[in-house]
Amino acid sequence: MDGASNIAKVDFLLNGKPVSVDAGFGLRLSEALRERLGARDVKIGCNAGDCGACSVLVDGENVCACLMTLQQAQGRRVETVSGLMAADPIAARLAESFQDHGAAQCGICTPGMIVSAVALLRNNAAPTESQIKDGLAGVLCRCTGYRKIIDAVAMRPGQLDPDGASGAAIRRVDGAAKLSGAERFGDDVAPEGTLEITIVRSPFPHTTFEFGDFDAWAKARPGLATVLTAKDIPGQNCFGVIPNFADQPVFAEGRVRFRGEAVAAIVGTPEAMRSLDLGSFPITWREEPAVMVPQDAIADGAPQLHDTRTANEMCRGFVTCGAPEDALAAADVVVEGHFTSGFVEHAYIEPEAGFAQMVDGRVEVHACTQAPVMDLEGLEIILGLDRSQIRVVPTGVGGGFGSKLDLSVQPYLALAALKTGQPVRLTYSRIASMQSTTKRHPSDIRLRIGAMRDGRLSGFAFDGVFNTGAYASWGPTVANRVPVHASGPYRVADYRAEATGIHTHCPPAGAFRGFGVPQSAIAQEVLFDDLADRLQIDPLQFRIQNALDNNVPTVCGQVFAQGVGIRACLEALRPAWNKARAEAEAFNAAATGPRRRGVGVAAGWYGCGNTSLPNPSTIRAGVTAAGTIVLHQGAMDIGQGANTVIAQLFAEALGVTAGQVTLRGADTDITPDAGKTSASRQTFVSGNAARLCGEALRAEILRQVNAAPDAQLRFADGCIEVIDGAGPHQIDPTALAPDTLGYVLFAEETYDPPTKPLDANGQGAPYAQFGYAAQLAVVEVDEALGTVTPLHFVAAHDVGHAVNPMLVEGQVQGGIAQGLGMALMEEFIPGRTENLHDYLIPTIGDVPPIDTLIIEVPDAHGPYGAKGLGEHVLIPTAPALLNAIRHASGIRLRQVPATPSRVRAAIRERDHG
Amino acid sequence: MPYHAPDNVTEALGLLRDGQMSIIAGCTDFLPALQDRTAPDNILDITRIEGLRGINITEEGWRIGAATTWTDVLKADLPPAFDALRLAAREVGSTQIQNRGTLAGNLCNASPAADGAPPLLALDTQVEIASATGSRVIPLSDFLKGVRKVDLTAGEMVTALIVPPIDTGARSSFLKLGSRTHLVISIAMAAAVITLRDGCIAKSTVAVGSCAPTARRLTALEDRVKGMSPTQLALADLTSADLIAPLSPISDVRGSAEYRVDVVPELCRRALLRAMGGG
Repeated sequence: MDGASNIAKVDFLLNGKPVSVDAGFGLRLSEALRERLGARDVKIGCNAGDCGACSVLVDGENVCACLMTLQQAQGRRVETVSGLMAADPIAARLAESFQDHGAAQCGICTPGMIVSAVALLRNNAAPTESQIKDGLAGVLCRCTGYRKIIDAVAMRPGQLDPDGASGAAIRRVDGAAKLSGAERFGDDVAPEGTLEITIVRSPFPHTTFEFGDFDAWAKARPGLATVLTAKDIPGQNCFGVIPNFADQPVFAEGRVRFRGEAVAAIVGTPEAMRSLDLGSFPITWREEPAVMVPQDAIADGAPQLHDTRTANEMCRGFVTCGAPEDALAAADVVVEGHFTSGFVEHAYIEPEAGFAQMVDGRVEVHACTQAPVMDLEGLEIILGLDRSQIRVVPTGVGGGFGSKLDLSVQPYLALAALKTGQPVRLTYSRIASMQSTTKRHPSDIRLRIGAMRDGRLSGFAFDGVFNTGAYASWGPTVANRVPVHASGPYRVADYRAEATGIHTHCPPAGAFRGFGVPQSAIAQEVLFDDLADRLQIDPLQFRIQNALDNNVPTVCGQVFAQGVGIRACLEALRPAWNKARAEAEAFNAAATGPRRRGVGVAAGWYGCGNTSLPNPSTIRAGVTAAGTIVLHQGAMDIGQGANTVIAQLFAEALGVTAGQVTLRGADTDITPDAGKTSASRQTFVSGNAARLCGEALRAEILRQVNAAPDAQLRFADGCIEVIDGAGPHQIDPTALAPDTLGYVLFAEETYDPPTKPLDANGQGAPYAQFGYAAQLAVVEVDEALGTVTPLHFVAAHDVGHAVNPMLVEGQVQGGIAQGLGMALMEEFIPGRTENLHDYLIPTIGDVPPIDTLIIEVPDAHGPYGAKGLGEHVLIPTAPALLNAIRHASGIRLRQVPATPSRVRAAIRERDHG
Repeated sequence: MPYHAPDNVTEALGLLRDGQMSIIAGCTDFLPALQDRTAPDNILDITRIEGLRGINITEEGWRIGAATTWTDVLKADLPPAFDALRLAAREVGSTQIQNRGTLAGNLCNASPAADGAPPLLALDTQVEIASATGSRVIPLSDFLKGVRKVDLTAGEMVTALIVPPIDTGARSSFLKLGSRTHLVISIAMAAAVITLRDGCIAKSTVAVGSCAPTARRLTALEDRVKGMSPTQLALADLTSADLIAPLSPISDVRGSAEYRVDVVPELCRRALLRAMGGG
């Protein structure tokens, strides 16, 4: 090449084919592949080499496409996941193996994982586990906990059923597209060249501001279509997931309440956006003092974030029963502790992204979401439009974990599409995503627990303060959930728990897997080990002794006559507990160096569905004239597997296999509302709706031929065969009249779990069912350095009925990885850790082997006995790790994450007093 | 947007003489630092320069070309004295980063946490710097001037790192301390290169990173461990403040200053012990 001259065209081989790209705009290879060459199978998660989602092979070497200039690809051979899948037998084998293990959950990291695995296996056909970890370490996954990825790359045989209904370990019904990179996530749906949106965000946590003449500013910049501010909002400049607490503006008006809050949005061509200098945007900021922690926010004279919320208090939740103070006074032993935790970032690998366009005068928003109908309801208010004028089409979701329940990109997309009349797209940068979307609430908890000499609990007093950030989001849910759950799954007759949400100038804290319960579980489960220690009772035995049971009231006075599975979970851990404790003690007795091992246990429970509030799901299905069974599956699959689980439950009720069911997604134009993917409710609530829908469709089919209830159904060759004692009956679907939706047979059913409101003391029936969990963690502590290495987990989870055991394991492993991150490394600090190299989540090297013990204590309300699982999986993890560290080193940590600095400081304190 | 990718050093130096250029190679620091902004004008991409990549033995020692990647180090046939550098290479980010990132870029980026700095300091590395008007060679310890500061003036670029000849029996090791196993910026790290006599340390160089504006040699600690056997070293008290006097750690999101002071002696002990074949 002519070295000194500018390179105008870049030519290289893309998946074996010569391509040529204009190099005019300083593109990175990743952008060129996606936006100039249509290779949307290359996913972008961070644009900084931290996540590895964009991994491609360049001349056979594994690289991040976001870390190469386009020009550096000149003359090279570039292979992406779709090309590898088409041409490389190793990739094809990996795709099968990943599906056999459920190694792709949301699928956003999967292209990077496959590319990295191909690079590894090309040089080493039989890698060891440690070689697999080194080879794949450059790709972060937030869903799987990596263990199934390791199994898949090691080509271990899967334990699968080929097809089936409820109870079968079948592949994901939507798995194949995740492996080839064909799954279309939020940033993958917009056509190339679509207008883009850039949001102007506050650089300060608390500031007033004034705009200059941005119209003139925009006019001076070719390619800019418009600038949007609060003035452009036709409806209300306000949204929020809980209507009574809705308080968040789409664009701040005059005053900003957190760093990263949007004040304006600039819409323009990709070229204009590329050369945009946001620093020149005409705005004047006047920074004001900010309160970043509740302690400062409740102090006299602190700035008030919301006029109606005195002393920055958002709300309180409260539960009490018995006489807690009397019981504590009467207790033989009382332990107490002050526990704190920081913000935790969801860190899904897919930043919020979407696309909007006007179609026949209606606005259509395509975006990643956990709650399409809630998005639509939020947009109605913001846009001032009737819902019939809005369509929400969910894209693939590259992880959610609670944060994609809230609106993010959607209002900006809809406003820009409405104002410009043109298609628009918006993808948050990693930094924007981390600055502006919700987090797990920081907690500050004071807890006292009493017990009698025989180990019986006697009094429990819990006070939790939660930093809810600038806006309410799901803060009220946290405040309400925590007092209901803070007892853990134990019999606590004398109980008082209060949780308060306080506003600060931090990003909004919202929903994150567990809604505050993981934080309260740390306090309760760690103090249980203090009690067991004081009482000289084995920690596992202490928990079993106090475990809830059937016909024993919860702290809300709710009595379950059946389905309470915590004792079964705890007892299932006994063999592993005895063995691991003995091994750890033997290791420590023989240890001469600084390493000590420990084993900890913790339990958890979680009520499935909304707390004492309706949360119905509706599931629709039909049979077409061609004899195809179509399931309108509105329960958003964010990687957890709802598409598969709901199909299995529906298939079970109908009497077919999941493989025979064709899915339609949660497009609000065609699929009824199955509620939000939240609160561990989809398997339970939408699963029940699917079961009812399957039963209704089955009844409809049987009615056609007056067949017996136990008849078998066969769908083949466009025909329905119904076989009962009277012999086979044939139904020819083409002979039936289709309805307006095109179905010749149709059913739609709704399920809403039975709950009762909580009274002023939190007494009532908040949930129709709880799920239960107990986990055991084995760790090694390097006492000289303060580092903690988890070595092994055993996790016992009562899921009532495992609809798909492979997916259950996937949830458990992924939840443990998140719990491990929260326990050992994750802490979001606004303004300081707004990227994935300063904010650390576990890598493939950090998650040890996990044994999952599936416990099935059926629940009368669950579909075929099934219970929710999504949040239960991380609740016990952090306290189990802290208890294991204590067992190893005798240190009692009260703050997470237990970073090396903190662990080492505690060890020094132990040694020097 | 002028993007220059010359194939020879003379042309590169001519471009540098004629105008302000951003010199890029692996881009593993350059592109992330841009965040979502477009790359600046006038880029000088040195990855296509003939002869700038690879490790050669010369009279001055080992010459590591400025475009040499971490993976190149891992694939090269190097004596045990380079084990520290190889261990560091294995812990730089991930395979993806090691395949692109260069040793010289790591030094020029001048992060206090540059993984390459402690092992290269412990190897007494010299930095070869060229411009259109000539070239100079300076010790790495002088080249690294502070946080994001190196001794490089307008018109200059690093062309090679030179590791002077080392005792044939020299051995080395490296330890990186972070909050997770991979893809991590260190809280602290230590590299040690040693020569043994009768199983005891005859000579050592020890360098620590992430505990001062630049990685630092700990010469007092080197003196202190001289003559020690592995057993003596394992039991030695290395906590005296004068041993780590060149360090001035700060508290940041990765760890506290107190913690860094606390663990550095242990990290150095372990790096030395591993270099001796134990630990």
